[in-house]
Amino acid sequence: MDFFIQLLVNGISLGFLYGLAAMGFVMIFKSSSVLNFAHGELLAAGAFIFLALVTWAKLPIFLAFIITLLGSFILGFVIERLFLRPLIGESLIYVIMLTVGLASIFKGLMLLIWGGNLYVYPDFLPANLSIQLGNVNIPPVYVISTAIGLIFLTFFGLFFKFSSQGIYMRSVADNQTASLSLGVNVRRVFALSWAIAALVAGMSGIVLGTINGINVHDLSSLGLKVFPVVILGGLDSIGGAIIGGLIIGLLETFTGGYLSPSLRDVIPYIVLVFILMIRPYGLFGLVEIERV
Amino acid sequence: MSNEQRGMRKLHYHPCGNFSERYEQELTIYETDFGRTGVLLGLVLLFALVPVIAGPYLIYVINMIGIAAIAAIGLNILVGFTGQISLGHGAFFGVGAYAGAILATSLHFPFWFAVPAAGLITAMVGMIFGIPSVRLKGLYLTIATLAGQFIIEYVLVHWEGLTKGTMGIILPTATIFGFSLDGDRSFFFVIYISLILMTCIAVNIMRTRYGRAFIAIRDNDRAAEGMGIPIFRYKLLSFGVSSFYAGFAGAIWAYYMISITTEPFNLGLSVEYLAMVIIGGMGSIAGSIFGATFIVCLNEVLRWLTDILMNTGILQGIQLTMAPLRELVFGLAIVLFILFEPRGLAEVWRIVRSNFRLWPFSY
Repeated sequence: MDFFIQLLVNGISLGFLYGLAAMGFVMIFKSSSVLNFAHGELLAAGAFIFLALVTWAKLPIFLAFIITLLGSFILGFVIERLFLRPLIGESLIYVIMLTVGLASIFKGLMLLIWGGNLYVYPDFLPANLSIQLGNVNIPPVYVISTAIGLIFLTFFGLFFKFSSQGIYMRSVADNQTASLSLGVNVRRVFALSWAIAALVAGMSGIVLGTINGINVHDLSSLGLKVFPVVILGGLDSIGGAIIGGLIIGLLETFTGGYLSPSLRDVIPYIVLVFILMIRPYGLFGLVEIERV
Repeated sequence: MSNEQRGMRKLHYHPCGNFSERYEQELTIYETDFGRTGVLLGLVLLFALVPVIAGPYLIYVINMIGIAAIAAIGLNILVGFTGQISLGHGAFFGVGAYAGAILATSLHFPFWFAVPAAGLITAMVGMIFGIPSVRLKGLYLTIATLAGQFIIEYVLVHWEGLTKGTMGIILPTATIFGFSLDGDRSFFFVIYISLILMTCIAVNIMRTRYGRAFIAIRDNDRAAEGMGIPIFRYKLLSFGVSSFYAGFAGAIWAYYMISITTEPFNLGLSVEYLAMVIIGGMGSIAGSIFGATFIVCLNEVLRWLTDILMNTGILQGIQLTMAPLRELVFGLAIVLFILFEPRGLAEVWRIVRSNFRLWPFSY
């Protein structure tokens, strides 16, 4: 029973991480319908900027955190301006391949600078944040990540529902031409959504780095794990990303715990194929039925 | 084509414009006899010179280009002509390699039979992952093939009864019509004859109703359905053909490499094939060959470059391996081509050609 509860807790915390990682991905898709294959690299970029600021520049944690978020924001903005903007209106494969190429560039750069080694942050979280549930101990970083996840979720939920920029973003995602003709500044919406998504990714990267250590390969492969999560939750639903993340996280830990550890990494993709066949728009995605 | 029915005719090299009178003329593969003779001459030179002049390393690179080109043509049929994006081509290549290896070792199939059989098996596997395209378009299919990539990789590593897992399989020497293919040179002929054959098939598929249906689906799937093209069937067919090419190339590769492991068939390989298609030019068979040449040469140049950098000691102290540099240059190549020449090397080639076409009076 303890084993079960431990798996449950691990699964939920892993799921929250997936959800966090997926949130930025969904934001880009929601406003520009771009599948971002470079998302894992954005996560890694955030984690490494934070690492550089904390260990090399020796900045205080809070300041480093703020600067990392700012840096990620600018990075997202620059990516959109330099690479994505020329492709507005081009066919899907070019956009997808562009993000694949970007992923490759970022990964190569980060490998050149930091190599494939595993880094860890200096311990900066207060230990008294950990929660004891019966026999199960939840370490502080999970508590923090859950809290951050919830804060961001609420914030972006409200942002998309009520703020004018959020509504612009949704309108652009829904119909680019129509929103353009109604006076929405589509370019600004794209730039903003990439910047925000990169910010969210940077934040998730820091949290992930705190938990698992920072390694280019791990973080970039996590960017691919996002796909089952977002398909399950619905490609355009931020809440769905969290729920999807939880389900995939639980599925992974339970498969790893009870069935076989090697199946653990592939089970999300097996589920993914089935979801695509049965319910391609996911649990909370917008149902678009097009029979061709 | 109707010209040939009249027997001998005058060769014409310089068109002064487009004078097609019948629709069949639009379908000709070579617009002028210049292309036809040029290609023939090129092939004669290829088969006559390369085996004589090239050293073992150069022949190895040329063979790799040939194998990659076969697989890239397959991917181009799916991506460039049918408009369905696949991120699982590397895994299908691996399925072909393993199918060939297993057929050769367990069932003792001869080389000439094992390779097409491996292609057929891969086509079937590919079509299973193509089934999600029943209901899904573009981006969902991409994700489905991504899942396919990981699932196939997992199966290759963990179905140890069949694939011997991480141990790998050692293939017998290929023999064809009594000749044993035991060197780069003899494989050169096999690979390039297959490439020519597969290129002819691909070029001609695109001129039939099947090819036209593929292109119609790419350009507008709703209109295609409206015109009476059963798009699910054709998408699946395209998937099958594309996987057949991957499997065929994979099986030849397995024989050529003699021993195979599960390692090379990862997502990176799939991305590499997509890069070949994009850099070569989507929707161009010749472009796939250009793309394959470009990427294979790029790989070799990078390997050579890292060797030099390591040996001269410029970068000593920095642990420089090929992997990050390769990732970086690869990504740059993809991104730069998409931004500046999205129609790829085939388009560059067309521009160069058209500059010479009316030379010296090109205005």
